[in-house]
Amino acid sequence: MRKKLLEVKGLQTTFFTDDGQIPAVDDIDFSVHEGEILGIVGESGSGKSVTSLSIMGLIPSPPGKITGGQVLLEGKNLAKLTDKQMQRVRGKDVAMIFQEPMTSLNPLFTIGEQLKEAILIHNPKWSKKKAFARAVEIMKLVGLPRVEELLKDYPHQLSGGMRQRVMIAMALVCDPKVLIADEPTTALDVTIQAQILQLMKDLNKRMNTAVLLITHDLGVVAETCERVIVMYAGQIVEEAPIQEIFKNPKHPYTQGLIKSVPDMRYKKDSLYSIPGSVPRPGTIKDGCRFAARCEFAMERCLQQTPPLYEETEQHRARCFLLEEQEVIQYVESAIES
Amino acid sequence: MSKVLLKVEGLKKYFPIRKGFLNTQVGDVKAVDNVSFEVFEGETLGIVGESGCGKSTTGRLLMRLLEPTAGNIEFGGKMLSSLSNSEMRKARRDIQMIFQDPYASLNPRHSIGKILEEPLIVHGMGNSKERKQKVIELLKIVGLNEYHVKRYPHQFSGGQRQRIGIARALMTNPRLIIADEPVSALDVSIQAQVLNLMQSLQKELKLTYIFISHDLGVVRHISNRVGVMYLGKLVELTASENLYAEPLHPYTQALLSSVPVPDPTFEREQLIISGDIPSASNPPSGCAFHTRCPFKKAQCSSVVPNMQEVKPGHYVACHLYDAIQH
Repeated sequence: MRKKLLEVKGLQTTFFTDDGQIPAVDDIDFSVHEGEILGIVGESGSGKSVTSLSIMGLIPSPPGKITGGQVLLEGKNLAKLTDKQMQRVRGKDVAMIFQEPMTSLNPLFTIGEQLKEAILIHNPKWSKKKAFARAVEIMKLVGLPRVEELLKDYPHQLSGGMRQRVMIAMALVCDPKVLIADEPTTALDVTIQAQILQLMKDLNKRMNTAVLLITHDLGVVAETCERVIVMYAGQIVEEAPIQEIFKNPKHPYTQGLIKSVPDMRYKKDSLYSIPGSVPRPGTIKDGCRFAARCEFAMERCLQQTPPLYEETEQHRARCFLLEEQEVIQYVESAIES
Repeated sequence: MSKVLLKVEGLKKYFPIRKGFLNTQVGDVKAVDNVSFEVFEGETLGIVGESGCGKSTTGRLLMRLLEPTAGNIEFGGKMLSSLSNSEMRKARRDIQMIFQDPYASLNPRHSIGKILEEPLIVHGMGNSKERKQKVIELLKIVGLNEYHVKRYPHQFSGGQRQRIGIARALMTNPRLIIADEPVSALDVSIQAQVLNLMQSLQKELKLTYIFISHDLGVVRHISNRVGVMYLGKLVELTASENLYAEPLHPYTQALLSSVPVPDPTFEREQLIISGDIPSASNPPSGCAFHTRCPFKKAQCSSVVPNMQEVKPGHYVACHLYDAIQH
């Protein structure tokens, strides 16, 4: 078993709005291990981005606030750090790349200036020359061509794929332990997406950086991640190793999600579709949050929130059906013996 | 073989690039460059390509929301490209469009009833009572309710708005629907609902679709035939099974192998092409793909390949297949 690097325990992030308190992320537990790529999938409003921003301490406050739980990076609780202390962690120990590289780069500074800033903030004693050398090195590592010229360019002179490579370079420049990538390829075309995903896999292997990959695309998850967490309406509904979740999904939402993706390898007459839509934040009632759309919903699902049942040591799912199965299995084994 | 409903020949759209004090034209962006294809009645023709390949521009040209620079568009025996503006307005009754962003394509100040009734008023169809009836009928067809008539767009979710967009396109009983990325802004579970709706409507109302998308999985699912575009040109066109089973153009091969497959056990040889899409204002000479093509030959950088039928119904524009033709 590899070492746990980042451990999120009972995380709850609430937004205080005119319509009341909205828990966008509600009691989330998971951990990222050394050198692994963990995926978080979910549709819009599932809380996957709020989770990543909470880890980074980037929740806009007000209206948002971490109202419970811990974010432990090698045992240190990031949620308790002051802004100043957090600044030292951000970029150095945990780094993040975002969906739209154009809005995350400053249009008024050259790529080189921005990279050097990132290096010097965390290594104030370095000379400019050393920082420049490091910038060149990291730019080469992410596969950018003509590095010396590129460092003098402004963000608008680069294509989308190159900008995302620069963002990755900037995130990796201080050798972070964990890299959080929030929809890093969503704004890119498929041929460029393939390049970036390949790069992230290579870097993960070579530098042993743990990656938390947040995406809505099950295809991206299948091709890059080792484990995956499925989120729905602010909760984790399932967690499993990648092979397991596609072969043997336990939660009806995960099952529906996998079935509703068109697969270009074969044509189905009609796609499976989950009826209804994600509940609006603030309208969440008691019981299982997926119950209203679930074809297996029972009386009990509307009243009680199911806990995360452990199917195996690595496979958890939040559904009462698993308990029923446990009962059946127990009875069956009792009859046999 | 069913009848040809739409025939496009040599369609071109060049946007001028102007520069300087006198606003002199210094070049063109060749957004759509010599594109020809046919659409048969009752089929779905998918058009795929990456951003900037001209797929959306093609859709807009067909409706003459943009004026083509050159080329013919023939629809149901009528030459659309030579109609006057007022004649074209009448012709649009038979060709309707569904747009990508259901947030931007519905007027936020109009009720759903008004939004849906408008196309009928524009085309002078029916009296007030008939129109209202038709609105309710179509709301029900797309899976919404009568009481939604009085609501406004912001009261609906993304998926519901796209249903309204579809209902609006169907108001005038069109024969051809051009859907430009109709499910790209939707979540997977909602996307499946909208795709299924479009398919069942097609069967029921005998519609013909041109389905424009960047998502190859979606296009494969919904289309009978698929055309692949790269830098303003159609590079391959064939039945969707053929395209996915046996892509001929190197670009199509690269595109297909780049799509992430939602199956971790799936193994394949990935053909990851390097480099970015060149700019359409300064496209490479010869075959536009030659700068990224792993199989390029000497002539590729100088001679523009023509679309040729390599196998029955399978067209490709690539020099690799020149020998097969002769």
